[in-house]
Amino acid sequence: MNGCDGRGRDAYRVLRDWLGSVPPQLLEHRREEAELFFRKVGITFSVYGNAEAEERLIPFDIIPRILSGREWSHLARGLEQRVKALNLFLKDIYGARDILRAGIVPPELVFRNPYYRPQMNGLSLRNGVYVQVAGIDVVRVDDQDFYVLEDNLRTPSGVSYMLENREVMMRLFPDLMAMQRIRPIENYVDELLGTLKSVAPEASSTVPTVVLLTPGSLNSAYYEHSFLADRMGVELVEGRDLFVRDEVVYMRTTEGPKRVDVIYSRIDDDFLDPLVFRPDSALGVPGLIAAYRAGNVAIANAPGTGVADDKAIYSYVPEIIRFYMGEEPILKNVPTWRCREKEALAYVIDHLHELVVKQVNGSGGYGMIVGPHATEEAREQFRHLVRANPDNYIAQPTLALSTSPVFTESGLAPRHVDLRPFVLTGRDGVRLVPGGLTRVALTPGSLVVNSSQGGGTKDTWVLSE
Amino acid sequence: MLSRDADSLYWLSRYVERAENTARILDVAYRMASMPISYNGIDSNEWESALITAGGVEQFKTAYGDVTPERVIDFLAFSEANSSSIQCCFDTARQNARSVRGALTSEMWEAINSAWLDLRRFKTQTMRVEDLPRFLNLVKEASLRYDGSALRTMLRNDAYWFSRLGLYIERADNTARVLDVKYHVLLPQDAEVGGGIDYYQWAAILRSVSALVSYQWVYHQNLRPWLVADLLILREEMPRSLAACYAALSRHLDDIAHRYGTSGIAQRQARAAHARLANRTIEDIFQHGLHEFLQDFIAENNRLGFAITNQYLC
Repeated sequence: MNGCDGRGRDAYRVLRDWLGSVPPQLLEHRREEAELFFRKVGITFSVYGNAEAEERLIPFDIIPRILSGREWSHLARGLEQRVKALNLFLKDIYGARDILRAGIVPPELVFRNPYYRPQMNGLSLRNGVYVQVAGIDVVRVDDQDFYVLEDNLRTPSGVSYMLENREVMMRLFPDLMAMQRIRPIENYVDELLGTLKSVAPEASSTVPTVVLLTPGSLNSAYYEHSFLADRMGVELVEGRDLFVRDEVVYMRTTEGPKRVDVIYSRIDDDFLDPLVFRPDSALGVPGLIAAYRAGNVAIANAPGTGVADDKAIYSYVPEIIRFYMGEEPILKNVPTWRCREKEALAYVIDHLHELVVKQVNGSGGYGMIVGPHATEEAREQFRHLVRANPDNYIAQPTLALSTSPVFTESGLAPRHVDLRPFVLTGRDGVRLVPGGLTRVALTPGSLVVNSSQGGGTKDTWVLSE
Repeated sequence: MLSRDADSLYWLSRYVERAENTARILDVAYRMASMPISYNGIDSNEWESALITAGGVEQFKTAYGDVTPERVIDFLAFSEANSSSIQCCFDTARQNARSVRGALTSEMWEAINSAWLDLRRFKTQTMRVEDLPRFLNLVKEASLRYDGSALRTMLRNDAYWFSRLGLYIERADNTARVLDVKYHVLLPQDAEVGGGIDYYQWAAILRSVSALVSYQWVYHQNLRPWLVADLLILREEMPRSLAACYAALSRHLDDIAHRYGTSGIAQRQARAAHARLANRTIEDIFQHGLHEFLQDFIAENNRLGFAITNQYLC
């Protein structure tokens, strides 16, 4: 809330005044109301590997995180640039491979990437959009710049929390919200549906049939799948609801089979089609990829986008932007050491106590170590892991992430936050709603914001000016 | 709509109805069992009757052994091994509700979700037999809330009709079983009436389907066993009767057929069963044999369930 040099951010002025003017019990009362709302509505989240806690609430902090309109505009331009470049990158590596021939990105990072899908080679997608929904995680380390922490180009989640958080805040703080001009985000679902319809195959009917493909109610993000399908007015399907006949995808309805034109897939590529990917997958649809290659169905995001969001490729994104866009990247990357490079490996081993080291293909905050917070024993163990498989690791400095105040038992206290804006790309270009999901680390001093490891969320306000 | 979603709605309704019916069965057993022996008849065992009506006697005997009130309550209300226990019914109902949440209104979801949360707080260790009425009331209220919110907030479309089909198939099955377990005290007009002992049995049957007062409104006389059977089998004005269930089943299947523009085996079966009930008298049924009639009915009702599943839900 207060900038790094102690200057209070203008964006927080109204909030700060309001907090000063209300009785202390009010915040506690509102916090309880928020929790009641989430629990009643059943917005829960299941954590893998925790037998008892089948369903937990993701903690919601009632203090909003606020950005000025100017800050957002800058961020939005950077996000649009980055996602455009990544889409061009994907089109290139599954096509002409100019960037590989130019020696910008090492080929083995692409071809030996577990998310590289040879089935996508030579497949020309309508308007070259591979990533229709991107979640780009950004952080601020000083007053000026947003840094991109990570790109999520496969099945980024969290947008339902973004929308529900706003709804809760509007119920809890109508007075406070009326005091400022906060840009709305409720149109996200419309934009999403518009984006999905825009990538429908040519053979579709005038109103394309869109479905949302989910792994099912046992998946940790299931709530979001049903939330989005419901709000978009599309069927929420599982693999077993679909079948392919003559390379056309149909869903089983009470009136018989109905043709499907666009699939918003929230299933990992590996499980999409047992005839092509993992044969033991019960979540997918046999023949789906054949229908896709025949151009009879669109899948968003396309299979094979994971090759562009792993942490090794991440370190090349600034060059990727320069190569395709001919521009300097608007958003900075966090400095990254690639352990596959000898000198970097040596540096990382020596400086592990100062660094955050992550698996190249990890997610959810697993498979990583925060050097300064770990015991020497844990660090030594991790050094072994890295030496054994250096290609699998990258390291970044610990960032002095910006903090945002959270409401704790002892009053307001700072906690580290990040931001995940959701970037939509359709046939007609990029669509963005202002803000995104703010994730907050709830343990004092912790840098891990992932909900699967106890992180929470906040509403994000982008002001009109 | 997606076949799987229709299937979930159908079973969601069936399980909520089943939970409520089981609660009623337990309620009657509890009331009857707390009466003096001379009222019930020396040979009667209300808790065993409850088991038979609700189903699962063999499973009970294997897992628990002898019949005691605590064990029957545990088996029918809380047992995770009994897929039709009240607890399991709500677990399954909620799972189904979760997977078809888009088709439910928020009131319906909240009714199921909060009922499930409330019921989880009851555990047999801390619950005494005397706490049973309070627990059962909770179950009945949960079912009422769900049913009421469906009636009041659901759009009248195929999702609504499929959920009603589930409710009525389950209800018809339950009413038939309630009658069948006590068929030996439901005697025809010309037989020797059992007397004071059986009176409480007939009253119990009516109580289990909330029909004790309704009986008076329809017949304006003391309880007569053949009229109890008449009320619960043939009277459409009695909402839990077999006739009422089949009037609703037939109507909703016709609604679906009309919406989809095509009719099938399920519609024909339901219409035929409804017509049969409409054209019978209770004397006919006793002539045929009440027990045989009820057994046939239960089998036919199951067959209709299968027909609906084959035609729409898979």
